[in-house]
Amino acid sequence: MITRVDRSRLPALGPDPVFRFPDIAHHTLGNGLKVRTVEHPGVPVITFVMQIDGGLGADSAGREGLAAMTADMVDEGTGSLSAIDVSDALARIGGEYDVEVGADATTFTLTTLTPFAGRGAKLLSEMLTAPTMRDADFERVRQLRLDRLRQLKDLPPAVAERAFLRLLYPSHPYGHLAIGTDVALRSVAREDVVRFHAATFLPWRATLIVVGALSHAELLTVADHAFGNWTGEERVLDLPSSAADFVADIATSPQLAVVPREGAAQSELRLGHLSARRNTPDYPALLVMNAILGGQFVSRLNMKLREQKAFTYGVRTGFDWRRGIGPFSVQTSVHTAATAESISDALTEMSDLRGGRPATAEELSIAQASLTRGYPRNFEIAQQVARSVGQLALFDLPDTYFEEFVPKVNAVTAADVTRVAQTYLDPGRAIALVVGDRKATEDSLNGLGFAEMHVLPPAG
Amino acid sequence: MSTAITLPYAKRTLPNGLDVIVHEDRRVPIVAVNLWYHVGSKNERPGRTGFAHLFEHLMFEGSEHYNGGYFLPLQQAGALLNGSTNSDRTNYWEVVPTSALELALWMESDRMGYLLPALTRERFETQRGVVLNERRQNYENRPYGMALMALSAALFPPDHPYHWLTIGDAEDLRAMEFEDVRSFFRTYYHPANASLALAGDIETERGFELAEAYFGEIPGGEKPASVHADASVAREVRLVLEDRVELPRVYMAWHAPAMFAEGDAEADLLADLLANGKTSRLYRTLVYDKRMALDVSAYQHSREISSFFLLASTAAPGQSLTEITSLIDERIQQVADEGPLDEEMERGLAQAEAHFMYRLQTVGGFGGKSDQLNAYNVLRGDPDFFADDLARYRKATRDSVRANARKYLAFDRRVVLSIVPRGQTALALPGSETVSVS
Repeated sequence: MITRVDRSRLPALGPDPVFRFPDIAHHTLGNGLKVRTVEHPGVPVITFVMQIDGGLGADSAGREGLAAMTADMVDEGTGSLSAIDVSDALARIGGEYDVEVGADATTFTLTTLTPFAGRGAKLLSEMLTAPTMRDADFERVRQLRLDRLRQLKDLPPAVAERAFLRLLYPSHPYGHLAIGTDVALRSVAREDVVRFHAATFLPWRATLIVVGALSHAELLTVADHAFGNWTGEERVLDLPSSAADFVADIATSPQLAVVPREGAAQSELRLGHLSARRNTPDYPALLVMNAILGGQFVSRLNMKLREQKAFTYGVRTGFDWRRGIGPFSVQTSVHTAATAESISDALTEMSDLRGGRPATAEELSIAQASLTRGYPRNFEIAQQVARSVGQLALFDLPDTYFEEFVPKVNAVTAADVTRVAQTYLDPGRAIALVVGDRKATEDSLNGLGFAEMHVLPPAG
Repeated sequence: MSTAITLPYAKRTLPNGLDVIVHEDRRVPIVAVNLWYHVGSKNERPGRTGFAHLFEHLMFEGSEHYNGGYFLPLQQAGALLNGSTNSDRTNYWEVVPTSALELALWMESDRMGYLLPALTRERFETQRGVVLNERRQNYENRPYGMALMALSAALFPPDHPYHWLTIGDAEDLRAMEFEDVRSFFRTYYHPANASLALAGDIETERGFELAEAYFGEIPGGEKPASVHADASVAREVRLVLEDRVELPRVYMAWHAPAMFAEGDAEADLLADLLANGKTSRLYRTLVYDKRMALDVSAYQHSREISSFFLLASTAAPGQSLTEITSLIDERIQQVADEGPLDEEMERGLAQAEAHFMYRLQTVGGFGGKSDQLNAYNVLRGDPDFFADDLARYRKATRDSVRANARKYLAFDRRVVLSIVPRGQTALALPGSETVSVS
């Protein structure tokens, strides 16, 4: 017989499960390509992640969008295969192919079923190392990207991201979206793409991660057969310098900017400033601090703006981690009438966490628990494991990183949270950006106390 | 590919009518708790649309024995959680570390059994405001965001439960009464109208014991009558809607077989071969060869009462929707006349098989194994449908796909919607009637 449940209190939690990250085997092929393999038994699925140094941060001034354009040409034909043939070959192995152009690296991901492991790897290798880059394909792809840019003008979050990056990084290779700008894309020629590919797609600048339901030896064999003969361009070319090494101009005073969008139903908001590099030793404390401020549903900011005031469907804060200095920002979309008050509330919450209203013991434990207790679920799927190992390579983190994560986060103290809030959050140099109805918000925004309101060109 | 693709499970029904399904997968120390209530916007009535979804929000605001926000104790225990409402069902899920399984069951059962004592007018008002913001953010302030609203309204008559979208009408949301919450809860939120799936690091018998312990005490209710409604479109309906967009887009929608019904899988395959990927007929023609369009997409929107097949294409700058439409029609006619090629069938099946396998990778969340078991159980009455589901695709032939195109994608029985930049109705297909949605 089953005993009645005690509803006078919540049931106690069992002991935290022990988390072990699977072994990562390191290999280097004869051509210098770094290969990492991880065995992931269970479902017969295999994921390849090829991470190549030099993402959007490798775009030179005036050529914003070149890295993404180059990445886009990878599935547009190789050898005797046309763009259509490549698409057909991917479909026939049920392949899921995806490209992500990040700030510091471009990541190509292919997932297929293990019986197709060899075919998938070979295809990916041909696509990456020997793209045809026909003129007609180049022109078509560039035009599609230009048209896409035009469409993004209708999308408030995209308008906000783009304008915000420019305000954060006024003269820095991180200061644009991967898709680039209209002017720059128009000036890119096919030769630029060919040259960029030759200069950056090199085995010794890349890491291949293979995760699947096979042994390390089998995974390595698949990788070696497909990528062992890749030599890369032999001519000496100008390598783009690392964006992470550029010095960013850090704003010293608060700024308010508006992108007018007349009649908008809501205001899209961004609020923040340059803050931290991914490899800062304060990373665990910053994650905890962010969780308390706005990184989770029960954070201070979401509870205030959504659950108390119903200004928004949701608000989030976060760090955009990069090798070089990256921003901390508040992101939300709020009812037009609530625009100024939302900005003011967000600034107050940032400021309060620096000392006026430090993290309580309860907030600290909630934040730590939510970051650590569910940690194992981040590694359930082959693709999650492969992308995680990619992060180790991208940020020079040790293989022990994932297993050290939980104890490091749990070691963060309330004093640490206050200290990192003081060091890395600064309402005094925050940039507030509004994409919304200017007339409807102007008066209340002027009351916020910013020295002036910069009106940027309208969105569309 | 002939690898066996299976989704083993055990099912029992508690005396109060709650279906419980357990699937063991012990690879990662997590358990997915997934709970479906067989209620969605199809159970609403005109004038009160959007209620099922607003109600879902209230389920996160506290219950009698834990009278506070639902997220806090669960996030503190390391859970990932969410919920969603569509026209047919409302689902709630938590993915928890094994150590917090009982906590998730306690919380889910408390809001199933004891929600009303904690529900206040104030919480209701706040969530009404949040939902109105969700509507502004995801529909009103998003380019082409009102398209599905206009299409649904034209495909289904005003009293048909698919006439409105789940988000509801803004006026209806403002008109909701707090008092309506009680009867809605009593009618739909009880064990006999729900299905609980546990998937992951849990031994089957233990799963049933825990489900009985936490949910067994909740009184079962009466299973609501299922909703039936008919709809058809007897001509080509042409509509135009002005929006804050740069480029015009054309949508076409047809009535199609209901989810899992005869012809539903064929419609899915048809959508793929028409518009999924560069190899697809329409992408290849419109985007790749002729560069008349920026994109083209098609999908079979499968639902319980009836489905619709949706096709959309955005014009490249300077290109006309009329010409795009006539090319689309030409390609559809071709498939209806000649059927797909063998290689298109092979490719479609390879993709379907791979996607069935990919779906087995995760125990929880939207579309994970626990969610699928509940989908089969609630919509088919039996969780044992994974293999049969895939078999529907394996059984499809060139002839059955051709027959499907002939039967459903008729030019004189569809809704065609042009969305054009404000002030440029001349860019719409000729003869389009202005439609307004808000």
